[in-house]
Amino acid sequence: MNYHWNWDIFLAETPSGSTTYLGWLLSGLEVTIAVSLSAWIIALIVGLFMGVFRTVPNRWLSGIATVYVEVFRNTPLLVQLFIWYFVMPELLPVSIGNAFKSINPFLQQFIAAMLCLALFTGARVCEQVRSGINSLSVGQRYAGLALGFTLPQTYRYAILPMAIRIILPPLTSEFLNIFKNSAVASTIGLLELAAQGRQLVDYTAQAYESFIAVTVLFMAINVVVMVLMHKIEARARVPGNAGGG
Amino acid sequence: MGYEFDWSSIPGALPYLWEGMIITLKITAVAVSVGIVWGTLLALMRMSGFKVLGWLAAGYVNLFRSIPLVMVLLWFFLIIPSVLVSLLDIPRSFDTRLVSAMVAFSLFEAAYYSEIIRAGIRSVARGQMGAANALGMSYAMAMRLVILPQAFRNMVPLLLTQGIILFQDTSLVYVSSLPDFFGVSYRVGSRDGRLVELLLFAGAVYFIISFIASQLVKHIQKRKTA
Repeated sequence: MNYHWNWDIFLAETPSGSTTYLGWLLSGLEVTIAVSLSAWIIALIVGLFMGVFRTVPNRWLSGIATVYVEVFRNTPLLVQLFIWYFVMPELLPVSIGNAFKSINPFLQQFIAAMLCLALFTGARVCEQVRSGINSLSVGQRYAGLALGFTLPQTYRYAILPMAIRIILPPLTSEFLNIFKNSAVASTIGLLELAAQGRQLVDYTAQAYESFIAVTVLFMAINVVVMVLMHKIEARARVPGNAGGG
Repeated sequence: MGYEFDWSSIPGALPYLWEGMIITLKITAVAVSVGIVWGTLLALMRMSGFKVLGWLAAGYVNLFRSIPLVMVLLWFFLIIPSVLVSLLDIPRSFDTRLVSAMVAFSLFEAAYYSEIIRAGIRSVARGQMGAANALGMSYAMAMRLVILPQAFRNMVPLLLTQGIILFQDTSLVYVSSLPDFFGVSYRVGSRDGRLVELLLFAGAVYFIISFIASQLVKHIQKRKTA
């Protein structure tokens, strides 16, 4: 192969002249982090509520949560993303749909990708929360109720504080997944890290340098998240619970 | 609700959609089989006790598990065509996208399979290896005849679940515009201006297949523990 390596390409100015190609990658990195973190926060909230719903003695609530999990776990992420981006604006009431379509394209892509990642990941978080709750002995629930707590209070003060600490390690891998999955958003044109990498290839034809840089940046995100979560896990570990679950 | 559904472009497109589904299933089948074989080898390398082999396998698994599947696909669509052209002397006009997709998914999934398999091997009681050795079996014989058969029986549900995830993930070949089931749905939808209907249809088909498959896996799991 006679490939012409050129690592200086990152310092070259882009055609628009306002930044370098490295600047493109860094702005892509920012978008990747922003969309993943915002989606993660929503996913945690949705997953926590749905996970609780799956364990409460109420047919309607557990039914809703079960349907949510099955639908979002049995359709491809890409299909979900395209439905959020192309289908939702059409099916919403016309005024809201048009309002969405009139905001700037970047924001449209960002919102669609964020909601998609949030609900996709939320279904997985939900299952972790459910298994965390189910791993506790029923005695905890009965003890709470016997003390005169209402069911919501039992969850709030007895069950969830334990369950959440137990499920931290599996949640870490979902947190890592959301960053990786965010690369799918490049397919609807969101200029996150992977999309910036492809754009760089289109402009400079330096495919290998660009892909290596993007891959290294994704790996760096991975390392940072792992170190961070390791610290949190160590602090939250339930004493006496070997390995923390 | 201002949107009026019109599903009429689907019946005519069914043969075309079916061809796409065949491509999807082909990629899934190849990646599952190659992934399990290569994943088993990686797991054995990692547990072999040879430090260098162990490091290599661990490095491979961690590398693939830390980069997004989309990036892996982009890498392989970049590299495989030039490798094939230079190694096998095939004409440049040959469509390498299907081969690239199969290679990419196989190598990528092997990393995930190897972790499942490693856990499966660990789940077999240690005494089994000792017993096999006491019977005069070598390490390789014991692995092949005693440990792996038991490990695989334990792993069946997890391996199948990973296969369902893989089936859904194959839709990402969209980045190479390979006409798999999703790619065809998207094209028909944009050709006829009926993207809403075609995307919902594609979602429904993926859902039905994956849902039924995952219920079957649950059934197998229940029967095993019963």
